[in-house]
Order: sequence, then C-alpha cells, then structure tokens
Amino acid sequence: MDSEWKRFRDSPNSEELTRRSSFPDEVLERVLSLLNSHKDRSSVSLVCKDWYNAERWSRTHVFIGNCYSVSPEIVARRFPNIRSVTLKGKPRFSDFNLVPENWGADIHAWLVVFVVKYPFLEELRLKRMVISDESLEFLSVSFPNFKSLSLLSCDGFSTNGLAAIATHCKNLTELDIQENGIDDRGGSWLSCFPESFTSLEVLNFANLASDVNFDVLERLVSRCKSLRVLKVNQSISLEQLQRLLAHAPQLTELGTGSFSQQLTSHQDEELKTAFSNCKNIHTLSGLWDVKAIYLPTLYPACANLTFLNLSYAALQGGELAKLLVHCPQLRRLWVLDTVEDKGLEAVGLNCPLLEELRVFPIDPYGEEIAHEVTEAGFIAVSNGCRRLHYVLYFCRQMTNAAVETVVRNCPNFTHFRLCIMIPGRPDYTTNEPMDEAFGAVVKTCTKLQRLSVSGLLTDLTFEYIGKYAKNLETLSVAFAGSSDWGMQCVLEGCPKLRKLEIRDCPFGNKALLSGLEKYESMRSLWMSACNLTLNGCRALAREMPRLNVEVMKEDGSDESHADKVYVYRTVAGPRRDAPPSVLTL
Amino acid sequence: MSLDTVAESPVSDVTSLNFEDTELTLRLPGRQVRSPTVTGAKCCSKRGFMDTVDRNHGCSSTSTYGNFVSDCHCAGQPPPAKAQVVGWPPVRSSRQKAVTARSCKYVKVAVDGAPYLRKVNLEEYVGYQELLEALEKLFTSFTKNRNYMEMDLVKGMDYVPTYEDKDRDWMLVGDVPWAMFIESCKRIRLMKSSEAAILDPKTSAKSSKTNSWQESMHVQNDRSWC
Repeated sequence: MDSEWKRFRDSPNSEELTRRSSFPDEVLERVLSLLNSHKDRSSVSLVCKDWYNAERWSRTHVFIGNCYSVSPEIVARRFPNIRSVTLKGKPRFSDFNLVPENWGADIHAWLVVFVVKYPFLEELRLKRMVISDESLEFLSVSFPNFKSLSLLSCDGFSTNGLAAIATHCKNLTELDIQENGIDDRGGSWLSCFPESFTSLEVLNFANLASDVNFDVLERLVSRCKSLRVLKVNQSISLEQLQRLLAHAPQLTELGTGSFSQQLTSHQDEELKTAFSNCKNIHTLSGLWDVKAIYLPTLYPACANLTFLNLSYAALQGGELAKLLVHCPQLRRLWVLDTVEDKGLEAVGLNCPLLEELRVFPIDPYGEEIAHEVTEAGFIAVSNGCRRLHYVLYFCRQMTNAAVETVVRNCPNFTHFRLCIMIPGRPDYTTNEPMDEAFGAVVKTCTKLQRLSVSGLLTDLTFEYIGKYAKNLETLSVAFAGSSDWGMQCVLEGCPKLRKLEIRDCPFGNKALLSGLEKYESMRSLWMSACNLTLNGCRALAREMPRLNVEVMKEDGSDESHADKVYVYRTVAGPRRDAPPSVLTL
Repeated sequence: MSLDTVAESPVSDVTSLNFEDTELTLRLPGRQVRSPTVTGAKCCSKRGFMDTVDRNHGCSSTSTYGNFVSDCHCAGQPPPAKAQVVGWPPVRSSRQKAVTARSCKYVKVAVDGAPYLRKVNLEEYVGYQELLEALEKLFTSFTKNRNYMEMDLVKGMDYVPTYEDKDRDWMLVGDVPWAMFIESCKRIRLMKSSEAAILDPKTSAKSSKTNSWQESMHVQNDRSWC
C-alpha cells in the first residue's frame, strides 16, 4: 500500500491523481445515504463539488425551515430523489394571532412542482402552512405512493380534505392532525377509509371536535395490525377506549378520549385489564375531562411511560402525585397549572429522570390568582429533577433568586422558556427587574439553544445574553428592554442566533440596522409593536438584497410606522403571493 | 443615513383595548387602577409600562405579595374593563379553546368580605354536599379567626350560598337538581344571611333591590366575569 501511494504521489498523471484521490461516486453516495441529519448533510455538501453532488443525489428527505427562503423549483433542481418533505411557513407568532389572515405560506405551489419532480413522494410534514381542501384532494390523487401526512398548526382546510386523504391514499401509514385551525364539519371523514385499508400505523385526530362513528373506528383499529400510535378525540368514551385497547395492545403511543364516564365496577376492571395488556405504551396524552377516580385504571400501563401529556387534563396536585408514583421512567411531562406548587413538588419527588417539563396555564386571561404555580414549584422541580434540560413555565410571579437556584440545580438547560404572564412584572419580592434571573440562565447554562424571556427586563438582560449565550439559536422577547442597545447586544453577541422574535419592545431603526450582516446568517427576524419605521426598513432592504423585508401595516396606525416587520434570508427573491397588507420592501 | 425620529408610539391595533388598561403596576392582576396622570389612549403607552412601574415603586412600599391588595388601591378609581393584549400570554388558540371548553365548569366563588375570589371546578363534585364542604375548606383560612362560616343550608346561619344562573338571576344553591345546577351556574357568592333575605329569584336583574346588593358585593365590573 505504501509503495502504491508513493507511486501515485510522484506520478505526473493527473487523471490517475483524480481517480485515486476520491471515492467512487457510488461508494460516496452509499455512505452519505446513511446520514439523516440535514445539518450534517449541509456540512457535507460544502466539502467539495463531488461531495455536493453525491449528497444531493442521495438525499431523500428535505427540511425547509422557511418556505419562502427557497422556491420549489430550486429545491427540485438540487435534490432529484426526494421522498419526504418537511416545510414550515408562517412566523411563529401566527400561533398567537399576530400574523394577518391571508399572509401566505400556501402549500399548493409546492405540490404543483412536486407532482412533476417527485411523483413518488411519500411524506409531507407541514407546520404553520396553509393547505386547502383542494390541495389535500390533489395530494391524495396525485401521489400513488403517498404514505404519511402530518399537519401541525396549519389552517385553510376542513374535514372534507381529510376525507379525500382517507379515500384515495391506499398506502397511507400516517395521518397526524395536530392543533390546526380546521373547519370541522363532522366526523364522517373517518368512514372514508375503505374496508380493505389496513396499512395505518399512526392516527392522531385528538384535536378534532366532532364525533366520529365509533364502529368505523373500532373496525379500522382492529384491522390495522401495525397501528402503533392512536390519539382519539374527546368524543370517545372510556368504555369505547377499552374496546379499542383490546384490539390494539401493541400501541406505543396512546391519546385517550374523555376520561370521565360513569363506569360500573365491571367496566372499571375491564379497562384496567385492557391497560395492563398494553405493555409497550411509552407516550400517553388526552385525558380530557379527567375525573381523578378513574386514573388508577391507567396505572398498569404507566410502567414504561416516558412521556405524559396532561396539558388538557385539569388535575389537582394531589391527584398528580398519586399518578406519578406509578411513572418511574418519566422523561417528559406536560401539565396544567391546576396542579399548583404541590403537584410540582410531587414531580420533584417522583421523577428523577425527568428531562422536560411544560406547565401550561388553565386560565391565562384570568384576573385573580386561583390556580397557579409559583417560583416555589419551579424550585421544587429543579431540586428533584437534576437532568432537566427543557422547561416551559407559565406563571404570574417569579423571583431572581428562584431562577438562580433552578439553574444552579440544573445547569444543562438547552431550552429555557419562562413566561411571567403579566407583562413587565418585576421580581415580586424585591421589585427589581428580572435581569439577574436571565443573567444566571445564560451564564450557567452554556448549552442553551432556546430562550424566552419575560417580566420586567432592562437592557442588562440583553447584555448578558449577548455576552454569555454563545450557543443560543432562538430568542423570544416581549415587553422588555430599555433601548436599542439591548437588541444590539444580542445581534452582536450571539454567534449562532437563527431566529429572533420580538414584540412590544422599545427597539428602533438603530437596533434593526445594527444587525445588517447578521440577518443573512439567520433564518428570520420578527419585530412587532416596536419603534421601527418604514424608512428604517427600507434602508435595511436596500443594503441587503438577499433579505426579504416585509412590513405588515395595521389599520389606523401612523403612516410611517412599521407595525409588524418580518425579515428573512432567501434565494428565491421577493415573494409574489403577498397580500396587499404585506409590503415587501 | 438619516433615520426618522422615533414617532410617538401609536396604539397597537389590539381588539377592545385601551392602552391604559395594560398599564402595568405592582398589584394583583385584574385589580387595575387607572392612574390620574394617564390622559388618553394615544399616550406613549409602549414606554408607559416602564413609567408606571417606577411610579408605583412608591405606591407599594412593602413589596411582599400579601400586601399588594391594600397598598395598591392608590387612586381609588373604578376598575377598568378587563384588558387583554393580543396574543398574550403566548398560548396557542387551539390549546386555549380546548382547555377553555373544560374550564367553563370553573366558576368563581366570592365570599362577602373576603379580599379575593377563588375558583372551583363544579365538575369535580358529585353533589351539593361535596361542593359545600369544599367551599368551606377553601375559605377556612380566611374565616378561621372570624368564625363566619356555617354551611348549614337548612338552618341558614351566617352565610348563605347563592349562585348566578344563565339568566343572570341570583338563586339559592340547592334549589335545582345537581346536574341542572352545573349546567346553569355561572358564579357563586357566599352571602351574609342578613342580605340573603333580600334575594328573590323571580326578580330580574333590573330591580333596585338586586342592584343594591350587587353593589354591596364589591364585584368588579361585569365585563371582568368570564
């Protein structure tokens, strides 16, 4: 081998040089086809032209974080063999009604290209996109291999579109409809699956309101032997759930229906038996309307539970405590703040392996403090759950000291999302701003990727973030900051920043323009109800032609004021489907 | 390059919102007191909250939580309408819809003389007895020293449980079957016996008698009730 290398090195023959200096394409493609992470693939494609080509031919799944950053034609040109597409559309604040109705992100233009370039498309995963019934029907009839549809936070369609999918997609394995703005016209779509259809593995219709025909559902579940994920809606009763479980003990993820039917003791026993036969359940959700007395029927299925989603179940602290005793393997827990600090103490005591906690408010617009969690609950969890790295915590009061304690206990946070629901609320014991709290977070949690700040915050918070948050990728800011300087600190300081979303902050044109070079390395910037003007945005657009700078005006606002601004990098140029209320500068 | 001077921040386009309603102060949420210095909706309210916080530093001399109520009724103004900022708190509307549907069975409970309200979930109880026991527990800490609570309906002692139904009439708790009660109950008030005598379920909300004890409830502006 040594002599061969020596010969090649000394050889004047350049062809031989080329041939020996790289792998044959087939080998390279084979190797690269094992790469799944799109980030890895992006890195690979930058190595050299050969690798770029090998990568693009071997890629079967493409992830597009902003549907307007690229056009379907460009995607199809680069990647000829795509079987699976993930697309995200609207800015995240559209979840909170901050983005105008007809803003865009319609999937149809993509489908029209895909039908030509990717006729064998198998999977489509959409988040915050608009998809009409016509598009769903088009999808269902145009792609004979279509297997998997996942819609999260999408809108524009009705249950009629789902009927088309059920009717035409003969090879469907996944139908996952989550938290969408769907026009629910009844549950008859479920009946559109043909009797011969048996391939379903994932069915999630938990967030649809209407009743479905239970007989149809039961037959579907019993004939789809590979079904592993079943999340039903509230119309399914406990008794019906028991029958479904009897047909599908192989389930790994279960979303129950309503958990509050009056059961006879016999039915209670049957349900317990059904749960105890489900040895593979690792994810449990639903539990709408839960009546705590029925929770014990669940216990037999909780031994291997790693993810428990109680965010639609208004449990009290004591009830949660009793349940958690049976879930020793829990890694992820979502709850409502009805569990109060008492419930969170139970979490700290019973869930040593916990990695993720989300506490949602049952009454975010409420005025008096009836149910809620406080800084005490937060501390209690951090004391017992040292592996915690993801937290989403809605509360009405917090202290700097508490947050400092939490991150001292759990220094490995990658996602820290604290929402003090009263805008501009200071540390309620000291009346100080919450600057030191978030300072502690960024100083201690060096792996921090995502941060949401809240409460009364001055520029100091942003100085801390810019100085310490070197791995930060996503930052959400609301009702915070004192001046442009705050935002400048972040733009100048956070090298890995990709997404910055800001609302109701005193940041103006100077701050916006301080990030000129930065925005091309980011996915997007959102700023609403800040102090931006049209001229400032125009200046940005002028300096940076590869950014789209979109301004959304609101009725009745000042002529020169830029109410909502969305800036994102793109290789597709300004978009042509913007509604009149959106100005592309 | 020349930048525009920052224009006076206009009011954000939020539905049903007067900006002073989102003025932030150090007090319990919902007990919003209009400061006399706030002139109109067009004030620089985006910076307003910073000013407000400073302003109220003096107002709330003791900063512990329990003192908020007494400290912050500064200006003695009537409470404003329930304020809501668009998209805040950041909870997805689909999640909020699903959970709110359940929380409609949550009703507020007021006790005459208590400084704050509680909420109970009527769905948790199977009958009146359970509910009244729970209510008693809820307000025990408040009433412990004052010995107010007597939950005996029949004997009608110091406090009488009443509720407002869908027709906005005030009724005695216990009159209708439990299931019907859950359906129709909007909120509960534990009323001092002396005032309960005025209560006539057939009287419409417009009657002067009903009005007078509604005032005596120290109830916040009706719009604040869910």
